[in-house]
Amino acid sequence: MPGHVFLRLAPDGLSELAAALTDGIVAVSATNGKTTTSAMLTAIVGPDHTVCRNSAGANLVTGVATTLINRPRGATLGVLEVDEAALNKVTQQLSPTVLVLGNLFRDQLDRHGELEMVADRWRELVATLAPSTTLVLGADDPVIDGLAGDRANVVRFGIDDPNVSLGAQDAAADSTFCVRCGSAYVYDEMYLGHLGSYRCPRGDHQRGPLDVVARHVRTDGIRGTTFRLDAPDGSCEVSLPLPGLYNVENALGAIAAAYVLGVPTAVAAGRLAQFNAAFGRFERIAVGDSEVVLLLFKNPTGANEALRAIADDVAGAQVVLALNDRIADGRDISWIWDIDFEAALTTAAQIRCSGTRSVELAVRLRYSDVSPERVTTEAVTEVAFDEAVEATPAGGRIFVLATYTAMLDLHGVLADRGLTQRFWQEQA
Amino acid sequence: MTLRIVPLYPELLSIYADRGNVRVLEQRARWRGLSVEVAPLALGESFDPERADVVLIGGGQDRDQALVAEALIAQAPALRSAIADGVPVLAVCGGYQLLGHRYVDQSGRDTPGTGLVDLETHAGPTRLVGNVVVDVELAGTRHELVGFENHAGRTSLGAGVAPLGKVIVGGGNDGTGTAEGCLEGRIVGTYVHGPLLPKNPWLADQLLAWACEHRGLSTTLAPLDDHLEQAAAVAASTLARSERR
Repeated sequence: MPGHVFLRLAPDGLSELAAALTDGIVAVSATNGKTTTSAMLTAIVGPDHTVCRNSAGANLVTGVATTLINRPRGATLGVLEVDEAALNKVTQQLSPTVLVLGNLFRDQLDRHGELEMVADRWRELVATLAPSTTLVLGADDPVIDGLAGDRANVVRFGIDDPNVSLGAQDAAADSTFCVRCGSAYVYDEMYLGHLGSYRCPRGDHQRGPLDVVARHVRTDGIRGTTFRLDAPDGSCEVSLPLPGLYNVENALGAIAAAYVLGVPTAVAAGRLAQFNAAFGRFERIAVGDSEVVLLLFKNPTGANEALRAIADDVAGAQVVLALNDRIADGRDISWIWDIDFEAALTTAAQIRCSGTRSVELAVRLRYSDVSPERVTTEAVTEVAFDEAVEATPAGGRIFVLATYTAMLDLHGVLADRGLTQRFWQEQA
Repeated sequence: MTLRIVPLYPELLSIYADRGNVRVLEQRARWRGLSVEVAPLALGESFDPERADVVLIGGGQDRDQALVAEALIAQAPALRSAIADGVPVLAVCGGYQLLGHRYVDQSGRDTPGTGLVDLETHAGPTRLVGNVVVDVELAGTRHELVGFENHAGRTSLGAGVAPLGKVIVGGGNDGTGTAEGCLEGRIVGTYVHGPLLPKNPWLADQLLAWACEHRGLSTTLAPLDDHLEQAAAVAASTLARSERR
């Protein structure tokens, strides 16, 4: 039975469905990293539990219900990513064992409303949360850290490493003013967007003490990232086969949630070493003699972090950008002007702009420092992609940055050609 | 002779990628060989009318907007003097609302604005969201203004204030789909972002011409190859017409 039918028959039926998951439920929400964090957590707890997990396309109330109804036989643990706007409703009914809240960025203003509106709803949610639910918070985000209040049952994760701090503030930074008094935070370190180590100059709020911490972070381009993990149960080295500080944050959230469920952090770290990228998140696919790297982009902070991660590898490479403006992508495309294309793409051999709003990308690049002769426009992403493959020498790389539906379409094409698995097969 | 572009409080007022507008003005000046400088005004600083040739006010989140309103009101006399001296102002979304006397939100809370233009805004029951097309006559020429709107505010103009244009597609100032924005002298206020200037280079050039005049430079700007901008504008206009009426 599909979720929407079930919910019509039993409007409060989610809690009934959840009762079957005897080891509990972990709910994960964030603007960026919901899917990757849930996938990482599933990889960590998979050997010990039969996991019921939803896909990114099923993270609203009805999708969660459908997922629970169709749970794998014998499933004992739920790992559910939940849309930011649907979180209150889902959480109130599911009473999760663990609630992981990663970050809040400006994203799809036409759909979610302003960041502050989502933050206000989350504050209401936390105020009414069952005391038994452990809150796992991305403390590098001041809005998320501020949710802890006086609550006892909180685990904070974050990065503590001045060497990976940005020199200047990210144009995509959103929440840089004290959640209590409105003063501008002083950032001792700023990692990505408004995530960092911050303090209010009037002493009203500062990042809380970190429980699960990444230190000595070393990035190795698109190959991955290593860091030292300090946790309440000891320290270990983590070698993550995914690039970018974003994924360090995602890994910390997953490790912290698994720790609450009883998995030692060193065991969790070991299981992450084999982790495969979630759909379109630095997914690497062989095409003939070349390698394609797929990067989903959906908001400026995520895009900037992805571009930073590929900056060293993009020199001389073919790049395909795909901007769609369907509802799942966001109808409003103004956010591409907050992406720092200048920093990463000036060395690319050729950039092809595609998607339903391809020309807008071309205009954006015209006003960047990318030289115009390296930019072409081809609305059909598949065609742009094939041209890029054609232009790539053996052993070369093609980088594809695409919005959600553009990525879904291209992924479908690659699956039809037998080059990768279908998206839904990976969700099983 | 350096042209000075002054975005007001960009760290608080740039929710809809308003920095795109700054970038477009800066590049279009530079491509014409003009010396140009972007000098943002930060919270706590004083606006110096002698050091601004074009002023930009972007949109903010509601919380930031209240924070910024107070600061902006303190700068209103200096802004008024710059405007009297011929400095153009582009105010978008929240920035547009801040031009007026007040903004009254859903709960009835009244936030005063700068009163630079005779207009006021009350929050409406719904948000007006979507692609828009506006018919604008500026300096004797008709243009199509294209972009995206996303606002709960309903803005009413004082009797002596002209709208920027007539809505072809979209909600406009008050959701009735009639008037959009305001145009008073060289003050341009609008709900249209996208950002506004990349797809409407004619408006960017008008602002630049006014800025040049203020700086005592020639107002004749060399033409640029705008085929991409025009293609984007046509695509956006077609899209808007196909989905909203």
